[in-house]
Amino acid sequence: MSRAVPAQSIQTRPIEAQAGETRTGETRTDEAQAPDSPLDEAQVRADFPILGRLVNGRRLVYLDSAASSQRPRPVLQAVERYESTMHSNVHRGVHSLSQWATEAYEQARERVRRFINARSVREIVFVRGTTEAINLVAHSYARAELGPGDEVLITLLEHHSNIVPWQIVCAATGARLRAVPVLANGELDLAAYHSMLSDRTRLVALAHVSNALGTVLPVQELIRAAHARAVPVLLDGAQAIAHLPVVDVQALDCDFYAFSAHKMYGPTGIGVLYGRESLLAAMPPWQGGGDMIRSVSIEETTYNELPAKFEAGTPNISGAVGLGAAVDYLERLGRERVAAHEQRLLELATSRLASVPHLHLVGTAAHRAAVISFTIDGVHPHDIGTVLDSEGIAVRTGHHCAMPLMQFYGLPATARASFAVYNGADDVERLVAGLQRVRELFG
Amino acid sequence: MDLKDLYREVVLDHNRSPRNFGRLEPADAEAQGHNPLCGDRLHLTLRLQDERLSDLRFEGQGCAISVASASLMSEAVKGRSRAEIAQLYDEVHAMLTGRLSHPPAHLGKLAALAGVAEFPVRVKCASLCWHTLNAALERANAPVSTE
Ligand SMILES: Cc1ncc(COP(=O)(O)O)c(C=O)c1O
Repeated sequence: MSRAVPAQSIQTRPIEAQAGETRTGETRTDEAQAPDSPLDEAQVRADFPILGRLVNGRRLVYLDSAASSQRPRPVLQAVERYESTMHSNVHRGVHSLSQWATEAYEQARERVRRFINARSVREIVFVRGTTEAINLVAHSYARAELGPGDEVLITLLEHHSNIVPWQIVCAATGARLRAVPVLANGELDLAAYHSMLSDRTRLVALAHVSNALGTVLPVQELIRAAHARAVPVLLDGAQAIAHLPVVDVQALDCDFYAFSAHKMYGPTGIGVLYGRESLLAAMPPWQGGGDMIRSVSIEETTYNELPAKFEAGTPNISGAVGLGAAVDYLERLGRERVAAHEQRLLELATSRLASVPHLHLVGTAAHRAAVISFTIDGVHPHDIGTVLDSEGIAVRTGHHCAMPLMQFYGLPATARASFAVYNGADDVERLVAGLQRVRELFG
Repeated sequence: MDLKDLYREVVLDHNRSPRNFGRLEPADAEAQGHNPLCGDRLHLTLRLQDERLSDLRFEGQGCAISVASASLMSEAVKGRSRAEIAQLYDEVHAMLTGRLSHPPAHLGKLAALAGVAEFPVRVKCASLCWHTLNAALERANAPVSTE
C-alpha cells in the first residue's frame, strides 16, 4: 500500500522552561468567540495537524472519531512542553521538577473536576481509559456488593467494555447480568427498563451515548428510577463527554462516570473514573503498590486518601497533562457550540445519506449524537470501508465492539461515520460521493 | 493504491454470482470458518472420492473478497488430490501476502486475487475459505467411527 506524505508537519514552538506552567500555548482559538456564534470551522481544522495530510492522494476526511479523535496542537504542545521542561515522578521528590510535575498532574485533575462539575478532586481518579474505569468499579465496588440472587442491569447497546467486566464479576459472585432490550429504532425500551429494575438489582451500568448507533440515553430518568430503589448507577460516558453540550455529574446525579481522553481530543492511555466520594471512600483499593499507600509495614498497610488510593504506581503524567489541555481546548471552543455544530452535521449527513440508493440507516433514535451506522444492500460494510479509504475517507466497519446489539439487528457488521468538531459539510459531501463510487463498483 | 486492482472484474463477478454456493447433503466432511473481526462466516461441505475432492459447496456471508475467494477456490480445487490442494494453497497464500511477483499461469483465475497483497487488512478475508477447506479436509481424515 502506498503511503501518502503528510502535507503539513507539526510545527512546534520553541519550548521555554516555565516552572509549573501547564498552559497549553497560544493558538488562534484562544480568542474567545461570542457564545452563540457558530464554530469557526477553518480555524478549528487548522488546529489539527493530522487533517492536513493526504491519504491515498486525497485530503483526509476523518469520520472515525467515535473510535478515537485526533489531537489539536494545544494538546500536542502541552504534552511536549511537559515532557521537555517538567518531567519527573509525581508525589515523591522534594526537588523542583518533581514539584512541577506534581503540580501539572494535579492541575489536570482540577480541570477535569471543573469540566464535569464534580464536588471535589477526591472524586476524580485517573485511569487508563473507560475500560479500566469500569473494571475498577466492577472489581472494587461490585465484587464486594454482589452475591447469588443479585442482579446487575445493563443494556443491549453497550460496548463490550461495559458488558464483559460485569460478566466476570457476576461469574465470581453468583450474581446475574441482565440486559435491557432496545427498540428497532435504537432507543432503549424504557418500559422494559422499569420492569427489569427490581429488588434484586444492585447496580445499573449504562452507556450515556451508544458508540454504535449514536443513541443518547435518557439517563436522568433512568438514574432517578434506579435511585428510587437505592441502586447506584454507572454511566459509560466514552461517547458523551466530548459531544454533549454539558456533562455535569451533579446534575446527572450519577454515582460513577467513566470516560477516555483519546475520544475527547486528548492522548491515549489516560482516562477518568468519577466516583461519588462516599462510595469511593468505602471501596477497597483494587491494585496495590506505590502512591496508593500512606504507610507500609510487612504486617499491614494504611491506604492513602482519595483519589491516590486508586492510583497505584507511577501514573500517566503527560497523559493527564494532555487531558487537561484537551479540557481547556473544548472549553475554549465552547461545548454548546461544539454540540450544535455536530448536530447540524448529523442532520445534514442524515438527509444526504437518505439520497443514496439502497442505503439503510441503523439506529434512528430521536435523540442522537453525530454517529451514523448504515448498510448498503448487496455490499458488505468491509468493502464500503475499503472503497472509502481509497478516497481518503476513514470510516469504521465491523461490529463496533457491540456484538449483542449487532445480533439484535441481525447484522454481522455496519459501516459507521462519526463526526467531530473538525468535520464540516464538505466532509459529508465527500462521504456521499464516496458512497456513489461504492454503488458504481458494486451496483 | 488502485481499487480496480483489488476489485477486478473476475472478483466482482464471483461476488455477484458465487459458484458452488450452497450445501452438500450428505457430505463427507464440513467445517465452519469465522472471521470475528469482520463477522464473515463460511460453511463448507465436501465429498471425497478415491482421495480426491469430488465436490464441494460453501455458503455464508462475507465481504466481496471473501465470497469471491471462496467461489474461485471452489472451482480450482474440484477434482484435485489433497497434495495438489496443499500445494495450490501454498501458492495462493504466497500470492496473497505479496511473496510472488507474478502469479504462475497455472493459478488460472485465482490470480485475480493478486491485488489483495496491496491491501494487507484484506488478506484474512481472502484466506478464510482456504482455512475452512483445510479444516474440513482434516476432519475427513479422521478414522471413520464404526459406531
Ligand atoms: C461507549 C464506549 N465505551 C467504552 C469504550 C472503551 O473505551 P477505551 O477503549 O478508551 O477504554 C468505548 C470506545 O471504544 C466506547 O465507545
